[in-house]
Amino acid sequence: MDTELGYSIIPLAILGGAIRVSTPFLFVSLGEALTERSGRINLGLEGTLVFGAMSGYAVAYLTNSPWLGVGAAMICGALFGLIHGVICSLPRVNDIAVGIAMMILGMGLAFYFGKPYVQPVAPDLPAIGFGWWSDIPQVRAALEVNVLFLIGAVLAVVLWWMLRSTRIGLILRVVGDSTDAARAMGLRPAVVRTCATAVGGAFAGVGGAYLSLYYPGSWNEGISSGQGLMAVALVIFARWNPLACFGAALLFGGAGALGPVLQSVGISEGYYLFFAAPYVLTLGVLIATSSPTRAMTGAPGELSITK
Amino acid sequence: MTAIGVETLGMTMRFGAFTALDNCSIKIAPGSFHALLGENGAGKSTLVKCMMGFYQATAGQMLVDGREARITDPKAAHARGLGMVYQHFTLVPSLTVAENLVISREDVPNVIDWRAERLELQAFMAGMPFQLPLDQPVRTLAAGEKQKLEILKQLYLGRRFLILDEPTSVLTPDEADEVLSHMRRLCQEGAISVLMITHKFREVTAYADEVSVLRRGKLVGGGKVADLSHDDMAALMMGDAQLARPADRSGTRGAPVLELDGIRAVDRTGLKDIEVDGLRVHAGEIVGVAGISGNGQSELMEILTGQRPCQSGEIRVNGRAYTASRTEAQSHNIRFLPEEPLFNACAPRMSVSDNIGFRSFDTDGGFWLSRRKMRARAETLVRQFKVKTTTIDAPISALSGGNVQRAVLARELSGEVDLLIISNPCFGLDFSAVSEIRARIMTARNEGAAVLIMSEDLDEIMELTDRVLVMSEGRVTYEATTAEADIASIGHHMGGHA
Ligand SMILES: Nc1ncnc2c1ncn2[C@@H]1O[C@H](COP(=O)(O)OP(=O)(O)OP(=O)(O)O)[C@@H](O)[C@H]1O
Ligand SMILES: [Mg+2]
Repeated sequence: MDTELGYSIIPLAILGGAIRVSTPFLFVSLGEALTERSGRINLGLEGTLVFGAMSGYAVAYLTNSPWLGVGAAMICGALFGLIHGVICSLPRVNDIAVGIAMMILGMGLAFYFGKPYVQPVAPDLPAIGFGWWSDIPQVRAALEVNVLFLIGAVLAVVLWWMLRSTRIGLILRVVGDSTDAARAMGLRPAVVRTCATAVGGAFAGVGGAYLSLYYPGSWNEGISSGQGLMAVALVIFARWNPLACFGAALLFGGAGALGPVLQSVGISEGYYLFFAAPYVLTLGVLIATSSPTRAMTGAPGELSITK
Repeated sequence: MTAIGVETLGMTMRFGAFTALDNCSIKIAPGSFHALLGENGAGKSTLVKCMMGFYQATAGQMLVDGREARITDPKAAHARGLGMVYQHFTLVPSLTVAENLVISREDVPNVIDWRAERLELQAFMAGMPFQLPLDQPVRTLAAGEKQKLEILKQLYLGRRFLILDEPTSVLTPDEADEVLSHMRRLCQEGAISVLMITHKFREVTAYADEVSVLRRGKLVGGGKVADLSHDDMAALMMGDAQLARPADRSGTRGAPVLELDGIRAVDRTGLKDIEVDGLRVHAGEIVGVAGISGNGQSELMEILTGQRPCQSGEIRVNGRAYTASRTEAQSHNIRFLPEEPLFNACAPRMSVSDNIGFRSFDTDGGFWLSRRKMRARAETLVRQFKVKTTTIDAPISALSGGNVQRAVLARELSGEVDLLIISNPCFGLDFSAVSEIRARIMTARNEGAAVLIMSEDLDEIMELTDRVLVMSEGRVTYEATTAEADIASIGHHMGGHA
């Protein structure tokens, strides 16, 4: 490979990589932000992500349509969210414990049902090439943007607007911030939270479908590298703001792209250290944004981890 | 919009074996201002919560405008035009004032046009006797402002029967007058009827038409306010119990116990500074900090309790640097009663006995907690301070507002006390409890404790303290011995015009 071009392409490759890697982060974190804004935390999204990847891949393979796959992943995700939400509505049930159980259940079911789909090849999700102006293949490759990423970006803006300017958005924030106030208003917090968890699960399912149907683009048991869990940290970093979730997802995506990019331009030593970048970033972000004095501004008041 | 009348018939409410409300029938005529009096734990809040459908009464009926109404939840009450300002705030802390108002409406559109809503809100605000910042998150408002917002919210929602549960306990007398005279005007215009729970006879005489008195869950009397004197009302509330007599001042002022120098910190909103310099509290004296809520008193309290870090400055206790650690508080015998004790000085879901044990659980045992000792201590204190609770194992959050206050005071005032730091000690207490608590504070002073007391109740400051300071805009702007202080200039400094 031409090293001259190789090094100058790094920033662009990282951007492209960030976009590719960030999409599942984006969907899971938007889903988690929505759930947490309602006052619950769903740690099961890692399991939902993996199950979404499996079900999306399987349905896409069987129907030969990647979009039907995405739809299936969404429905499965919503079901997982619904189960989590309903269980947590029972008295004296802890959402974190249920989340961990759902995570393990989701992964277990995905591996069980996914066995027959490791070999077959399902159709990929379409991408739009924004690199048509260049003849350099690397540039073109870097600027291939998947449709789901664009949908996710629009979704972030829509959610942000929804939380600010719609009735549903305000109700969600009321319920997440004060159960007492919600009750006094005649709202039913458990119902609102269950719905929010179901929608959050649907988002995570879509994130999973992206993994198996676009990047890396195949179904296997190691498909997720903890994106579902890191997204929880990401939501805290993004202060429960969907727009910030978008930025944070790109940042995490960029960190995740670092290793593969360095490897692809021919750096053969130590690049694997950069594969750890997202995990280091998670830790760094949590430490940097913590503060003994300021209360976490923006943290929903009813959230069990910040209460 | 016209006022509606409400009547309860034989309202009874039991919590387990405990009867909080016993066969209570009261009638509020349309357009009247009705006051509900009673000691702490008498069942006042329980009665109105039953009326609002927040609790399901064990027995009894409600008549709204003369017709039977089955009110199963607050929504049903709202639909009939009933509204309530609860004793504990029901605002959503992270939402702004405007968002809180709009979302509380029944008919919020699916998509909110904020520009139009804001214009409407501004027009509504303009017709009110007081103003609130529409874009601030409620979290950053002072207690008094929150209370005003609660009341404003009910008016905004167009309620025709309004229940106010101790609306003025966090307001200054001036603010209270402002709010209540507006309510009274609305009553006279026939726009609303008001049922107000209060502990202040002054407000009953000045604003109410009629009064009902509860004692231990039973309606024990009432009638036209014009026919009743304060003594009559007091007698109805207390039955044959005796009022604690205020202790006389005795002893001499000793060495300074608490010294604050060059303290700087940011306030709750993060926008303003708190600066306190040269504050001294000596042994055997009570220093009062007067001021309108939101002028830095709660931040000063937080600095002293260690809840808020200082950017600079020094706090000394008995001449030694003090960093608000538990060990220091223990070795110097420092005790606190912060405002909103349920949140600042209690673990709400833990039992009364555990909460009372917070000062002593780690010192009067070894490695293992001595449950027996903790319970015995709790039993004694609950009896001594007359905390009304079903058992000492009940979660402290189930206690009535005034009883939480008593439980915390019981904990803080027991044992040796050298420095006592208090904020609004009589917030929400009935008058017999008030005189009892003030007597206890005076006794602590006479026994040589240094007392710093922050209070929005100027009468309390004038009665209790030896020296008075005024805080305004985060600074101490006035200082005088209470004997020489003059109410008018204190008032001026509180208002910030001096
Ligand atoms: N949810 C509950 N469970 C058990 N007991 C309760 C509950 N709510 C109230 N009580 C008890 O009922 C009694 C009456 O309480 P209530 O809150 O009505 O008093 P109150 O008259 O409003 O007093 P205060 O002036 O202190 O606010 C108290 O003894 C209280 O401990
Ligand atoms: Mg009460």
